Amino acid sequence: MTTARIERHHYDVVVIGAGGAGLRAAIEARLAGKRTAIISKSLFGKAHTVMAEGGAAAAMGNVNSRDNWMVHFRDTMRGGKFLNNFRMAELHAKEAPERIWELETYGALFDRTKDGKISQRNFGGHEYPRLAHVGDRTGLELIRTLQQKIVSLQQEDFAETGNYDSRIRVFSETTITELLLDGNKVAGAFGYYRESGEFLLLEAPAVILATGGVGRSYKVTSNSWEYTGDGHALALRAGATLINMEFLQFHPTGMVWPPSVKGILVTESVRGDGGVLRNSDGKRFMFDYVPDVFRKQYADTEEEADRWYNDPDNNRRPPELLPRDEVARAINSEVKAGRGTKAGGVLLDVSTRMPAETITKRLPSMYHQFKELADVDITKEPMEVGPTCHYVMGGVEVEPDSAAAMGTVEGLFAAGEVSGGMHGSNRLGGNSLSDLLVFGKRAGEHAAAYTDSLAKRPKVATSDVESAVVTALAPLERQGGENPYTLQQDLQAVMGDLVGIIRRAGELTDALKRIQELKLRVAQVGAAGGRRYNPGWHLALDLRNMLIVSECTAKAALEREESRGGHTREDFPAMNPDWRLVNLVCSLDNSGDVHLERKPLPRMRDELIQLFERTELSKYLTEDELTQFDAIEGPKGDARVPGVRTDPSKTEAK
Amino acid sequence: MGTKRHFRVWRGDSAGGDIEDFDVEVNEGEVVLDIIHRLQATQTPDLACRWNCKAGKCGSCSMEINGKPRLGCMTRMSTFEEDETVTITPLRTFPVIRDLVTDVSFNYEKARETPAFAPPPGVAPGDYRMQQVDVERSQEFRKCIECFLCQNTCHVVRDHEENKAAFSGPRYFIRAAELDMHPLDDREDRKEYAQANQGMGYCNITKCCTEVCPEHIKITDNAIIPMKERVVDRRYDPLVWLGRKIFRRDELDGSNGSRGENMAPSTSVGVTDLAQGGAFPTHRGPEGPEVREDGKMDVTEVTLPTQGGPSPFGDQQFPLPSDRVSYQQPAQPPDNDH
Repeated sequence: MTTARIERHHYDVVVIGAGGAGLRAAIEARLAGKRTAIISKSLFGKAHTVMAEGGAAAAMGNVNSRDNWMVHFRDTMRGGKFLNNFRMAELHAKEAPERIWELETYGALFDRTKDGKISQRNFGGHEYPRLAHVGDRTGLELIRTLQQKIVSLQQEDFAETGNYDSRIRVFSETTITELLLDGNKVAGAFGYYRESGEFLLLEAPAVILATGGVGRSYKVTSNSWEYTGDGHALALRAGATLINMEFLQFHPTGMVWPPSVKGILVTESVRGDGGVLRNSDGKRFMFDYVPDVFRKQYADTEEEADRWYNDPDNNRRPPELLPRDEVARAINSEVKAGRGTKAGGVLLDVSTRMPAETITKRLPSMYHQFKELADVDITKEPMEVGPTCHYVMGGVEVEPDSAAAMGTVEGLFAAGEVSGGMHGSNRLGGNSLSDLLVFGKRAGEHAAAYTDSLAKRPKVATSDVESAVVTALAPLERQGGENPYTLQQDLQAVMGDLVGIIRRAGELTDALKRIQELKLRVAQVGAAGGRRYNPGWHLALDLRNMLIVSECTAKAALEREESRGGHTREDFPAMNPDWRLVNLVCSLDNSGDVHLERKPLPRMRDELIQLFERTELSKYLTEDELTQFDAIEGPKGDARVPGVRTDPSKTEAK
Repeated sequence: MGTKRHFRVWRGDSAGGDIEDFDVEVNEGEVVLDIIHRLQATQTPDLACRWNCKAGKCGSCSMEINGKPRLGCMTRMSTFEEDETVTITPLRTFPVIRDLVTDVSFNYEKARETPAFAPPPGVAPGDYRMQQVDVERSQEFRKCIECFLCQNTCHVVRDHEENKAAFSGPRYFIRAAELDMHPLDDREDRKEYAQANQGMGYCNITKCCTEVCPEHIKITDNAIIPMKERVVDRRYDPLVWLGRKIFRRDELDGSNGSRGENMAPSTSVGVTDLAQGGAFPTHRGPEGPEVREDGKMDVTEVTLPTQGGPSPFGDQQFPLPSDRVSYQQPAQPPDNDH
């Protein structure tokens, strides 16, 4: 019946995902001497990382020498509304510069400062110019550099062994549908080649998830078809846990017209370089939306905001550069109040702000994107933009130093967007590319070390492989079953309409009910055609993952009764310090349903919390925590970290 | 609000195929890839087509539209006449896998055969210094999204399968040029390498590659021609000529920057004792597939319903009808089990 040929491979480390995090992890595992496989859902080098435009945040201090890891750490925690795993934010801020410099030794060519160093640009939420960039195609540079480094390692192996694939092999257009365990230990991964539909089984004691996000469950999204939450779902089914799943970042500026490009990103650097947001009345409305916590850092007049671009030391930033969640909510409110464009967006204008030449030089891919996709010349007319589902802050709960997944499973690691905790409730632009590198490297390194610690290889059970085959073939055996594309649209409608930017208890309850109905329908999904490159079949298999991840998001969104970062509840519009102490953790129970529990957030170390001023902390912390802070801070604040809260940081924080 | 338009899409696989006709709704502002997605969602759920970003950044949806190599996501429907039939076929230079999906592994093989960046010895990470004006030349080529339209359109390989072995194609000439112009690349024989090992001599500068490049990289003018010119310079440079005459080849090859045919850029320093010269790959010796107690492998690899795969004669029927069997079936033993 389920007769199937299965190709078998043995590896030390299997990396699922070939974006920035996956490739960086694979490089590290190979450098550690492990036989490494990279699973890529599309062709090698096409991963969604190419879409990242702005840059990679790293406190190198090339443009403003006041920048350092402590300032970066502070910005990251602020951006995440203090819900971040502080240790991840700390490691990220400390290690990002090394990871960027390392890329140059792989051949990356970043834009330069006058003295020949890597140039850094301003970005929303970052105190100093901090984003290493290449025009507005930084993600492409990053993926290409890592891809070419892998080729370079393969060439080294070829010189030595006569075989390019002897130590690191890329399985392109391959999807993993199941992780296989031996007890609690990872033993392998099962999947299929998209091209041929043939199955493969990779036996390996360590698996690194680097599968990216979940955006394909939303109607308007900047994410590609690959973003179906595969890693999130694989982790859950293997016994790992997910955290912060209620926090989704809606990028404030996605294209809203024409309809075919709805959702595609307009990079934030358009605003960082001088672009302004206007409503249909022509008003620069962002000045009306500066929240109290940010009042000190942002300009309240257009004149001061405009001066900032050339003199950032003596002026406050324009409110267009507020963190993404604030801008997305502001645009949403303007459109709801009837001051949006016909297509349901607002206007983002650079054409009146700088000469055409400067625009084409600084924003070349944006210029081409609008010219060629929308037939709009951004040097002559404004762009129409609105919020689009962009990034999931939540993901696999990991041990911060090793990137090892928490929960019951051993040998599973996660890095990049699929992991959770690093960005708290909201990610700063530019922190994603550096996150990929920092935690990709750590995951590769620790997965390699883990395989050395094992006395014997975990063994894959035949029965598990057989049931994975049955599950994978099921849609093909229901040729007349429900159309997977219809099911996907229905799921997107539920998530977009009921679990979108602004959420309400009633709608979330309704969404959960509909997700249960969809579950029954997805169990009956059919795929016409055969196994060879059949997108309908592929989607039918992905739907299962999308559903389970959507359920986590909806459940956590209903549970968290406050508004914070990428989670806005209309019925609980304020941020609540008590909720800051809580992480919502999802796991699967025996029946395959999502189980949600509350877990306390780890407490920040004293020297880290002392990087902040009490006035700022008082907006986020509970009274108890503030009392504790006062106790460690001492009578006159003498227990401070040297060099941090002296004059420079005061100027910068104004 | 949409209008019905006529589309012709090639469907089939490596065994062959044909153009199929479709009438599809087209709305204002849509691109060809949208129409393919609509076909998948409404008429042909198994129509195979690659895509990812839908914004001209990943280079996945390469196809031939009315005979021209294009990205499906960057071809606006408004560029066609209202009553124009749009014909979509897979890239012709590469073997078809199914429908619009082709086997582009040729390009990945050529990528491996192009020597990688050679980091300057003695320059620590963080100490790289380059001027913007110097990196810009290479940055133009690093815009490449690897859509392989240039590889597909290049007449050296488009209808000449026999040239594929020796010819890397425009994508890898710009890679060689990019590294040649990289301010800190330590390898100095990129041009010679491109001439001798990548088949750059086959290129006769017809600029077809430049025309189809969606990133508007001036492949011919800025990469291939400078690479060719400098090769010529070196070949006919009297000093180089003299050098060739008076030194033995191994002395020349051993000179700074020239590594002959070895592509390995360097030996990467690993993070463990293993990678620093210890025995590769792991502590464990090679392992065969594990077997069950009965001595058989866990998951059988030979349980296809038709053993040996499809017939090489193209017929999909098995066993063959008796009139086409040219040998004598062994007589069936009498069935005694009943």
